[in-house]
Amino acid sequence: MNGLKIVVLAKQVPDTRNVGPDAMKADGTVNRSVLPAIFNPEDLNALEQALRLKEMYPGTTVTVLTMGPGRAAEIIREGLYRGADDGVLLTDRAFAGSDTLATSYALALAVRKLAPDLVIGGRQAIDGDTAQVGPQVAEKLGWPQVTYAEEMHFEKEKLIIRRRLERGVETVSSPLPLVVTVNGTAPACRYRHARLVMRYKYARTDTELQTESSDYIAGSRPSVKITEWGIDAIGADPEQLGLSGSPTKVKEIDNVILQAKEARHLTASDKDIESLVKELLESHTIG
Amino acid sequence: MNNLFVFCELDEGKPADVSLELLTKGRSLANTLGCKLEAVVLGHSIEGIENELFPYGADVVHVADDPVFEHYRTLPFTAVVVGLFRQEKPQVALMGATTAGRDLGPRVSSALHSGLTADCTALEIGDHYVKKTDTTYKNLLYQIRPAFGGNIIATIINPDHRPQMATVREGVMKREIVNKNYRGELKKITVSDYIRPEDLAVEIIERHMEARKVDIKAAQIVVSGGYGMGSKENFNLLYELASVLGGEVAASRAAVDAGFAGHERQVGQTGVTVRPKLYIACGISGQIQHTAGMDQSGKIIAINNDPMAPINSIADYVINGDVAEILPKMIKYYKANAR
Repeated sequence: MNGLKIVVLAKQVPDTRNVGPDAMKADGTVNRSVLPAIFNPEDLNALEQALRLKEMYPGTTVTVLTMGPGRAAEIIREGLYRGADDGVLLTDRAFAGSDTLATSYALALAVRKLAPDLVIGGRQAIDGDTAQVGPQVAEKLGWPQVTYAEEMHFEKEKLIIRRRLERGVETVSSPLPLVVTVNGTAPACRYRHARLVMRYKYARTDTELQTESSDYIAGSRPSVKITEWGIDAIGADPEQLGLSGSPTKVKEIDNVILQAKEARHLTASDKDIESLVKELLESHTIG
Repeated sequence: MNNLFVFCELDEGKPADVSLELLTKGRSLANTLGCKLEAVVLGHSIEGIENELFPYGADVVHVADDPVFEHYRTLPFTAVVVGLFRQEKPQVALMGATTAGRDLGPRVSSALHSGLTADCTALEIGDHYVKKTDTTYKNLLYQIRPAFGGNIIATIINPDHRPQMATVREGVMKREIVNKNYRGELKKITVSDYIRPEDLAVEIIERHMEARKVDIKAAQIVVSGGYGMGSKENFNLLYELASVLGGEVAASRAAVDAGFAGHERQVGQTGVTVRPKLYIACGISGQIQHTAGMDQSGKIIAINNDPMAPINSIADYVINGDVAEILPKMIKYYKANAR
């Protein structure tokens, strides 16, 4: 197998797993600003798979593709520290408010422009848990997809992939090009490499170079530039993006109010049990 | 036309539980919408499968029976479902949030440019008014799901695109036969109308399926019993409640040591740690060795007849009384109030 061109789809997400006491405001709603922004965990599993293929098949390059606001460049640097070769930040006001379908439209256009052999992403992001973007990108590209991957290698020209299903494992083979989404049960991502941190710590997007006052060395070293694309760069139709390009609309948001931890004491009476069950149903604790 | 469709999965040749739950929910939504309920099932050697779906209220069952559908594969399944939806133009399409449903759903929604909401915990029919254009959308599917790590509950709608698609996890909706003599229409799908050779590009080389295992870690609702349950027989009450709520049964170490439940169900320091949405502790005193394995649960209900039990101090609800009296009441009121 010759070297491959791999694109890793990654997302910067608020760390919803560690919603601490200070993450809730006095009214019981989520204080998003105090949640740290992290590399979506399963996208790190995806990056690891790409880096393993890079080691197995010399000449392989790994590009981290992310869509988000300017600060999402942070996770591209994180990818570079761990062994990715370069990164592309898709950022544009027109992307704001995109649902999974509009997001996959933009990502698919960017993937087309990058023209890789293989796209690898995490199964799902922890802020939405939808697991939709990978398959939606694959459909827009007209490529096959393999979801829930744990391990992969080539045999002849085909990629052999082990998948984790609810009750077992399945091994499939697929030709390229292909979209793969990686399960959290796959090996964890390797750590940052000190040498790569030194090389890439000044990697910046053009926007970052313009807005940061100090003179970084990125300007003089093109190898540490992070590519930044807006809708013109990928030839996107703004109508297909943002709120107008999103079939799903949020009608209503109810905050789950976290009450003070003081037990309610009930008796075995019918009245008490019925009101408890109703309360659990209303809060969607039980279905 | 414009009916409500449920994609039915098979589990070893039988309709999967989640699909029967969706048919049950689909039937009541279709009644509200005044449309038909249609099921789509793809498999191999599934002659007569429609007879297992009709009793749940399916008016039409579309069946594709072909070796290609022996096991779920993305592209051939997508080709048939997308092709069928293009012809039939469903207003609503529901799928299980299983490994197959979560693979197929987004693929279909992307092909049809329709919205899809994952892992809904409730589905309702309602209207939507848009002030800007002074338009009222009638009879939309409200797709209700927790988001942001369970910190908010969002209601999602798809006003302009069809089908309105949603996936739902197993055990979230209840399952109920409408009428065991209910009979609808069988429509056979001609596979060659939909599948192109390139849809067979991905091949399954090997499959290892394990028997259904007890997995209390993955359960969203855990009904747990302690030594205070008294006997193995009394644990049956826990299994009954867990099955109704779509949860799993767990046990304290004392209950496992007494032989009331298997070790694979033990929660606590020497068992497993669980973080379900709801933990119902029955007859459990709540020693630290036990609470260490469950105190991160979303909500805790403690049921026991010891007002001084340590478990009560970490519980959100404390019910003082006899488990044998309380659990049947919970089952009764759940059945009466669940939608």
